[in-house]
Amino acid sequence: MHDMGEKGTTRWRRWLFPALLLAALLGLWQLACSTGAIADALDLESFLVPSPAEVASALWENRGLLAENAWVTLREMLLGILAALAVGVAFAVLMHLSRVLRDATYPLIVASQAIPIVVIAPILVVWFGYGITPKIVIVALICFFPVTVNALDGLRSVDPEAVKMMRSLDASRRQRFWRVEAPAALPSLFTGMKIAVVIAPIGAVFAEWAGSSSGLGHLIQSDMAYFLVARQFATVFVLSAMALALIGLVALAERRVVTWR
Amino acid sequence: MRQDTRMEPESQGSRTVEAPPPQNPAAGDVVLHGVGHAYGQLRTLEGIELELPAQGVLGLVGPSGCGKSTLLELICGLREPSTGTVSMGGATAAEERLASCAFMPQRDLLLPWYSAIDNAALALRNQGMGRREAREAAAGLFERFGLSGFQISRPTELSGGMRQRVAFLRTLIAGKPVLALDEPFASLDAITRAEMQEWLAAALRADPRSVVLVSHDVEEALYLSDRVAVLSARPGRVVAELSAPRPRAADRDAAVTDPAFVAAREEALRALRHGSRGS
Repeated sequence: MHDMGEKGTTRWRRWLFPALLLAALLGLWQLACSTGAIADALDLESFLVPSPAEVASALWENRGLLAENAWVTLREMLLGILAALAVGVAFAVLMHLSRVLRDATYPLIVASQAIPIVVIAPILVVWFGYGITPKIVIVALICFFPVTVNALDGLRSVDPEAVKMMRSLDASRRQRFWRVEAPAALPSLFTGMKIAVVIAPIGAVFAEWAGSSSGLGHLIQSDMAYFLVARQFATVFVLSAMALALIGLVALAERRVVTWR
Repeated sequence: MRQDTRMEPESQGSRTVEAPPPQNPAAGDVVLHGVGHAYGQLRTLEGIELELPAQGVLGLVGPSGCGKSTLLELICGLREPSTGTVSMGGATAAEERLASCAFMPQRDLLLPWYSAIDNAALALRNQGMGRREAREAAAGLFERFGLSGFQISRPTELSGGMRQRVAFLRTLIAGKPVLALDEPFASLDAITRAEMQEWLAAALRADPRSVVLVSHDVEEALYLSDRVAVLSARPGRVVAELSAPRPRAADRDAAVTDPAFVAAREEALRALRHGSRGS
């Protein structure tokens, strides 16, 4: 019982300190805005530097608009992440099974990450039009790397002695894969997915900037013209909240699936 | 120590539960002739001549890095020798050896995503048996091997000794005539190790198989084996071969203090010291 009490306290503290820090930062920000300190320092009109209270009210007043656009962006992110998961896992498995393929593609996959997504987003819009397709492709492109690399690392993490043991216990290649390598790769794959879901909003926003008529990225861009800074902050808040929710979902799925850790 | 009835495999009384018998016990003899092995330029083993009759136990001891584990893998069919032949029941191809030999790696390597019983039944599942059937076949052996009640435990919930028992059961249940054990108890503390040696001796008395046992512990090898081969430092060569005076005696403490045993141990240690100076 004592132990549980201790654990309860720690869990509580884990939430308490970030919450306190966040409250302190928000308080400072609010203070800096209401005294006009930031606007003065940057020589700006005060409406360009919204306080947390103004952002919160923008969030509330625009809830319908934000929800509508959040759904558009969320759909792009989810479909892109799923595409990256399917293609990334398939690629990782193929690279794991064929050394030739791994040696041939690994440097290319790494190099592909060096291409800035901002640069290829407009090209993909030219190729795939203004619909949801280029958004899914861009999100998938940005998520593909962490998924593939982590899945591959997981598959290769299997102890060579375990492979010998399986071979000597009459396991076929397929049985070795499903009974040893695939489960061993799961924790790593989930790590890759956590990275993927937090970078997915970046891909979605860039994709929308390259050409779209809805979505949170589009909203941020069009609000620029009207200096609706408070609503832009509110939109960023929604984007972050979506990424946090997704990472929570992945963590939940991981706890359900990887029960042996 | 001996009051714990779970220690002794046969002490369960009833002999109704049997490990699947080896498919062909006669196929359990192993002959190594002129076996050498090299990794590129690095010669690891040289001119190994060894013979293991069916259902006998051959111990391999030697200084670290002398190629004991490599030799075990050669015997199992997990590797091919660079020179010479390894024959198991007359078969010399690696695939054939792999088919009649079950390998138990140094660490238990139980798969953490499976329960203890699913780990033990792994070979049966690999051989195409359904999950339920395989569990039933393994369940009876859990009783006999002092593991009853631990069927659905996860490997992480088991003690070191328990894990090694499950790992041995996993090896035995494959039903192969030859077992290759790579330092099976190296990771255990001294007391548990002595208990497990006694347990393994009893298991092999009840269910004899041909066993090749790699150990860094001369006493363990001499107690569990019929014959012990002492290997030299790399490239590993057989520098001495001894007969064990009291192989797998029921009372381990009495066996290892027997003057004949002590003399054999001293002889093995001398050979080991001599061999590890290299040639």
